[in-house]
Amino acid sequence: MLKRFRKYFIKTKKDFIISTVCVSFEATFELIIPMIMASIIDVGVAQRNKSYILQRSFLMIFCSMISLVLGLFYARFAARAGQRFGAALREDEYRKVQSFSFSNLDHFNTPSLITRLTSDITILQNTICNGLRPMVRGPIMMIMALSMSILMSPQLAIVFLIAMPILGICLFLIFRKIGPLYGKMQKALDKLNSVVQENLIAIRTVKSFVRGKNENQKFENVNGAFCNSSEQAFHYASLNLPCFQFVMYATILCILWFGGNLIHIGSMKVGALTGFLSYVLQILNSLMMISNVFLMLSRSTTSANRILEVLDEPVDIVGGTEQVKVEHGSIDFDHVSFKYRKTAKRDVLSDICLHIDAGQTVGIIGGTGAAKSSLVQLIPRLYDVGSGSLKIDGHDVREYPVAYLRDAVGMVLQKNTLFSGTIRENLKWGNPEATQEELDWACRTACVDEFLSRMPEGYDTDLSQGGVNLSGGQKQRLCIARALLKHPKILILDDSTSAVDTATEARIRAGLAQLRGTTILIISQRINSIEHADRIIVLEDGKINEVGTHDILLAHNRIYRDIYEIQKEGAIA
Amino acid sequence: MARQMRHEKPKDLKKTLKFISRYLKKNRMALAVVVILVTISSLANIFGVYLFKPAINRYILPGNIPGLFRMLALMGILYLAGVLSSYGYTQLMVKVAQKIVLEIRGDLFRKVQTLPLSFFDKNTHGELMSRFTNDIDTISDAMNNSFTAVIQSFIIIVGTFTMLIVLSPLLSLIVLASFFCMFLFLRYSSKKSHIFFSQQQKYMGDLNGFIEETVAGQKVVKVFNHESANLKQFIVRNKKLQDSATDALTYSGILVPVVVSISYFNYAVSACIGAFLAIAGWMDLGSLASYLVYVRQTAMPVNQFAQQLNFLMAALSGAERISEIMEVSPEVDQGTVTLAHAELGKDGMLKKSDKGIWVWCRMASSGQVDLIPLRGDVRFHDVVFGYEPGQPILKKISLYAKPGQKIAFVGSTGAGKTTIASLINRLYDVNSGSITFDGIDVRDIRKDDLRRSTAVVLQDTHLFTGTIADNIRYGNMNASQEQIEQAAKLANADSFIQRLPDGYDTLLTEDGNNLSQGQRQLLAIARAAVADPPVLILDEATSSVDTYTEKLIGAAMDRLMENRTVFVIAHRLSTVRDAKAIIVLENGNILERGNHDELVAQRGRYYQLYTGQLELS
Repeated sequence: MLKRFRKYFIKTKKDFIISTVCVSFEATFELIIPMIMASIIDVGVAQRNKSYILQRSFLMIFCSMISLVLGLFYARFAARAGQRFGAALREDEYRKVQSFSFSNLDHFNTPSLITRLTSDITILQNTICNGLRPMVRGPIMMIMALSMSILMSPQLAIVFLIAMPILGICLFLIFRKIGPLYGKMQKALDKLNSVVQENLIAIRTVKSFVRGKNENQKFENVNGAFCNSSEQAFHYASLNLPCFQFVMYATILCILWFGGNLIHIGSMKVGALTGFLSYVLQILNSLMMISNVFLMLSRSTTSANRILEVLDEPVDIVGGTEQVKVEHGSIDFDHVSFKYRKTAKRDVLSDICLHIDAGQTVGIIGGTGAAKSSLVQLIPRLYDVGSGSLKIDGHDVREYPVAYLRDAVGMVLQKNTLFSGTIRENLKWGNPEATQEELDWACRTACVDEFLSRMPEGYDTDLSQGGVNLSGGQKQRLCIARALLKHPKILILDDSTSAVDTATEARIRAGLAQLRGTTILIISQRINSIEHADRIIVLEDGKINEVGTHDILLAHNRIYRDIYEIQKEGAIA
Repeated sequence: MARQMRHEKPKDLKKTLKFISRYLKKNRMALAVVVILVTISSLANIFGVYLFKPAINRYILPGNIPGLFRMLALMGILYLAGVLSSYGYTQLMVKVAQKIVLEIRGDLFRKVQTLPLSFFDKNTHGELMSRFTNDIDTISDAMNNSFTAVIQSFIIIVGTFTMLIVLSPLLSLIVLASFFCMFLFLRYSSKKSHIFFSQQQKYMGDLNGFIEETVAGQKVVKVFNHESANLKQFIVRNKKLQDSATDALTYSGILVPVVVSISYFNYAVSACIGAFLAIAGWMDLGSLASYLVYVRQTAMPVNQFAQQLNFLMAALSGAERISEIMEVSPEVDQGTVTLAHAELGKDGMLKKSDKGIWVWCRMASSGQVDLIPLRGDVRFHDVVFGYEPGQPILKKISLYAKPGQKIAFVGSTGAGKTTIASLINRLYDVNSGSITFDGIDVRDIRKDDLRRSTAVVLQDTHLFTGTIADNIRYGNMNASQEQIEQAAKLANADSFIQRLPDGYDTLLTEDGNNLSQGQRQLLAIARAAVADPPVLILDEATSSVDTYTEKLIGAAMDRLMENRTVFVIAHRLSTVRDAKAIIVLENGNILERGNHDELVAQRGRYYQLYTGQLELS
């Protein structure tokens, strides 16, 4: 697992190395200072040498100053290392999300992607920031103390050469248990959170149907399950401390016993025994430090895995390499079938054959679930066809570089989004270099100008997040203008005027008719939005029911006539 | 996240402590045991080191091996007691902590269920959600780690300091001075770092907001080839966060080295002065040695105490935010009129029974129970209502709907259509005026029963994780599979359900992401159908269903509406044409009312809307 993140450690190698070096020296001073202290007592007091005592005391203060400076440097470089690591990882993940295709985005849903980009990264980053110091100090203290103690008394050192593996095995066993338990706990937590979230979002429904008790019951179940799983995990995690204490105390007793006997025989001195004892504490303490880091690491594994899932997601739409651009905008569907998931049983679109000439205006109509949106989303390769082929200007869409293809296709999605920023900034998404004349033109064509003049600061009016201060119809018109600014060869309007009143819609339609050399596809539920189209496609259940003009379809197509009749009733002719 | 929350402090400590102590009290025996065990374990730790001295001086130096064995056996018992207490308190604390967190979480959820809808209007899901996640997490972390750690380090500090005073009262003054320095520094630094952390918080919020917005709009980003432009902006924000976080962490990172070096300084000064005292003969060598060992041990617990105290504070401020919600007054329900079944007795009087027609049971002043048949007669009398005081949405609305009538509301956004629907089943209460249901003021009817007698189909359909059948069953938990399928057929949802991989048993996840808006609405209609209430409220229930499908379900809808009082709020005017009365609302007033033909003949607002001269949104 750590290996996967090596790249990011390397990126901030210098900071990691400097901070590691700082901690190492700091740890060394921690071992040196008690030695100086020992010399004050053993030499200074014993010899009643006051100047020696003073001199050594100043040396201690000096050492502690150096250790302070090292500590400060460590704080700086470790913070830099951790933050750089996190920033680089976050950037890569974001970059990856930018390269996602629609089906990748469908695979992870939006809230989960956001968590993976925000709190998961923070958790991982905190683990590294907090774990670096003990991770470096632990082994250093251990090795130094271990070698010191072996130097002092190789016989006694056998005691903790036995004790250390025992503690190691205990900790290992605990960790092996704990890893999967943390995973289970995280899953239980996800479930719990999703129950809460669903409940909060649907609170109106819950209240209206008087389902509070039912919801409480549901919550109690997931809450109980989470409680059980975390109790299990923490049960093992908290075995850490008593295990450690047990081994530590046993070692102390053994050392006192064997050391006492050795002194009795005369092969060891008392000073060595006391020194030895303090090293024992240090060694076991450092083992404990290391085990705590592992505990932290295993808790953040879930986050790390979730991030890796994003980074590892294969992006299924890769652009073609041929440097061809869309010149005209003719479209050919050749026996196209499509489904959203490979495992789905039924095709969403099946065996679509269709030719659309460049410059034509085509209407698409059909019932809920007829796959109207699915059909047009194949054109700019938002999804790839399952079988068959889709050609623009005679080239398969998979041959075009994705950027070229999407530049040539302007699309207004059914579920559209405006971003925070001014109206101008939003419009310039279509074309960052758009001149004022072009903006005016697009706004005129999409009938944005009607309400633009009423906005407090015109083009520079700030839309709060998601454009909430605009009505649905106004948002739709802005989205159309944004798409027009691309000067696309193919313009697709996916039910984009549903909230626009009929009179305005007619004006927009007239404006679009002025576009020369643009193939226009309009999906609508309203007959009058498409009745003037060159051709109208009637979709039913993912198949083309019929293609024809308004008059022809009206004359004999059952579905088309049904829709027409219903809408005729609703309007005064 | 914990790192950013560390520096928060609760505003009203006393109240928060009272709130949290409610939960602690329930487990006071267990917690008392924990405190005792922590004390034993900490004391075993301190005495364990203290006993080194007699073991060496009395037994090892004189070479008393049997004595050493006895001494070690004694120490062994002490250590064992320490280990067992550690085991005991860690395990017990895990249980207690989980239990307390379980209770708090459960109480919070149950409380949230009782809150009035107006509360949810004022607080976003995100805010409420973070009570369940972040705030509970800080409490859970504090209970799991900080609670015992604070006690432990406190005991160690006190114990060590006692030892120091015993060993040398004079020298302990130096330790006292260094404690004071550490305290001053910790206080100063927590104030300072607060500034850095709030700045980091700001940039973090900025970046997270950007991520949220662009990821949510990712499909539009793709359509416009805007990926690289986004990435550029992301990098700028990411860099800002990185820089500010580095500063904040640097600042908090210097805490440990500074405290450690203060303790070294203390160590050095103590050693120096102690050595002079020893030379002067005021102190013996053994005492000086153990004294210095203890001095060395002071830094760790002080550091730990300070750190864990911060975590406890964060937990308390989390607890405060939770207790704030616990204090919100729940929905008022003083209704006494209940819903029950009744049958017509032989004497022509209604009598309560297990089945039969629905009746309202009202206690008359005489103590008798009046049984009023549930018919669905809804009347508004001069109803005034506003979400905010002083901003009425509805201004003196009066209207009536007789049983079985279909009443439609039409008007532009913000005209108050949805508000009217929410008043009928008392999701909100009227400010003045009254609403009656079969002649009973709705405020006198028990809320649950009132809501059981009405079914609402909202514009946004909320689906829950579970199967399609479960989701339809939400309308009536006792519905049989047959009833569910019947309802689905009625809503014309059966055909698309049949085509799903597992039919009615298809699992919906994440709010039914895989269904289209139209399909979701059909499910909501099925849900209402299975509930089978006398009053039906359709709030833009078919706005995402195309006209063709709407026509297909039209007959079914008619059947669903049969013999029911129906309130229809519609986006599309074709839906409301056949209503008994159409009410055109504007700015909280009724502008026009009448049936379709009358309103068209009036050539007023309805006519304008109808002919598409006005935008409905």
